[in-house]
Amino acid sequence: MNVVVFLKRVPDTESRIRIDREAKAVLEEGLNFIISPNDEYAVEEALRLREAKGGKVTAVSFGPEEAAPTLRKALAMGADEAVLVKDDRRETYDSLRTARVLAAFVKARAADSDLLLFGRMSVGSDNASVPSMVAEILSLPQANVVTKLEIEGTKAVAHREIEGALEKVAFSLPAVVSAQKGLNEPRYETLKGIMAAKKKPVPVITPAELGLEGAALDPKVEILDLELPPAKPAGKILPGTPEEAAKELVRLLRTEAKVL
Amino acid sequence: MILTYIEIRDGKIKKSSLETLSEASRKARETGTAAEAVVVGACPETAGADLGSAGASKVHVLESPELSVYSSQGFVRALETLVRETAPAAVFFPATAMGRDLAPRLAARLDVSLASDCTAVDISSGRIVFTRPVFAGKARLTLALTAAPAIATLRPNVFPLEAANGASAEVVKKTVDIPVDAVGGRVSEIVCEMGAVLDVSEAEIVVSGGRAMKGPEGFTQLSELAALLPRSAVGASRTAVDSGWIGHSHQVGQTGKTVSPNLYFAFGISGAIQHMAGMSSSKVIVAVNKDPEAPMFKVADYGIVGDLFAVIPALAAELKTLA
Repeated sequence: MNVVVFLKRVPDTESRIRIDREAKAVLEEGLNFIISPNDEYAVEEALRLREAKGGKVTAVSFGPEEAAPTLRKALAMGADEAVLVKDDRRETYDSLRTARVLAAFVKARAADSDLLLFGRMSVGSDNASVPSMVAEILSLPQANVVTKLEIEGTKAVAHREIEGALEKVAFSLPAVVSAQKGLNEPRYETLKGIMAAKKKPVPVITPAELGLEGAALDPKVEILDLELPPAKPAGKILPGTPEEAAKELVRLLRTEAKVL
Repeated sequence: MILTYIEIRDGKIKKSSLETLSEASRKARETGTAAEAVVVGACPETAGADLGSAGASKVHVLESPELSVYSSQGFVRALETLVRETAPAAVFFPATAMGRDLAPRLAARLDVSLASDCTAVDISSGRIVFTRPVFAGKARLTLALTAAPAIATLRPNVFPLEAANGASAEVVKKTVDIPVDAVGGRVSEIVCEMGAVLDVSEAEIVVSGGRAMKGPEGFTQLSELAALLPRSAVGASRTAVDSGWIGHSHQVGQTGKTVSPNLYFAFGISGAIQHMAGMSSSKVIVAVNKDPEAPMFKVADYGIVGDLFAVIPALAAELKTLA
């Protein structure tokens, strides 16, 4: 079973974001970068599938050269190979552009894949769109926001999280699956894994080598502004005993905030 | 024309779809164009009145034996047929699990990009400009899509419903041809979680708890409090979920769900950056914490400094007097 798992390098979720309004971009200076948290569930699932069914796990990222450590983390967790497709642009917030590059990678370099695994959503651009787009470009079935995945031969059933319920999706492989918290518990890298990962090459290729260049890489999203949300004025602290404070709170929620 | 995808669950139109259509119809009115709606598969009898009231002039119902259960591939094929035929300037979806499953797939099929989980749509400049939270709300992105149609998903609970006005939409049924082999995956079953009718992302009131809830029993108390509030759901911090006190579908924050309810209660949630990112766009925030220095108080509209195990029953008693 050959699995490709796609990763994105993103700012640590515990980081504060600073913005360069002029450049309409996040200031990278001083930011700590991590593998997008949902992607770790995808890597873990890929490794578990390989352990159960054999085959290989290839980790792929489309991003700047600084994304190489993200791929090394996947190698340290146990991925067999990693490839970085280098993007010369900053974050474009354009999921179609990313999906076209990743789909081109699959066609050119991983056409024998049984499963394409993603995190449900990358932290940052928050589009949660690339998995479905790759599935469409490659004419594959998709299952998003998956918390359980069962595979028998070329048949699969995924449990996907919908509002207030679970939806079971039955599909055939090859397919696209995006992982959600709950799917598994990602393993920590072992020292041995980290040492081995250091020795593995992380080849860097360009979209041009996948047949995409020029206008094919132009974003279809025009960024007009990127700003911090407006600061909120200080709120009211309600004094008194718990009973007094609760009474006053309910009164304010009804008469002042008008939300009850 | 602006087209809105209408999500049907259990034979009913979802409220988030009516919100999306309401916003589409306001924007359509502003530019002197029409708002139309599309239902894929079985359509409730009341659709003409319900969707007309929310501003649709026409409801397209796309039917095929292949569309009786949800499949992203089948539904996208059907939507593609309609979009190619009617050439809308924009297609809006509710940013629900289904909307977010379908919209990007349709966008890729039409070779356009999309704007996800939008919280504002502005059409005053003559082009459609979307505002959407990025980094789970730590920043706000304003963008335009350069290829038509402009496809967007709109966040639930943000856009107001059009007031009921007695208008009715024309319902046009159409059979679409979906080749059987075009669908490689479909929904086989929907399993309801016990008692959870409303997701945190859809609830108008979210009652959330953090580390100070101390255990699953604390969340039972929060559920009891939530039961006193209409259209509410229980949320949780990452710590509470990772401790196993409540299921991960309740997690609010950058690594969980981003929510914008009318009212957000944070009980014993100190306010980690990644949690605040996921809820700070709530319209009214109430923080209850024994630590007066908790960062949550900085974003709260109302705060109570004290023992949450004393405040919760006091609040429940007070809410019961309203009933």
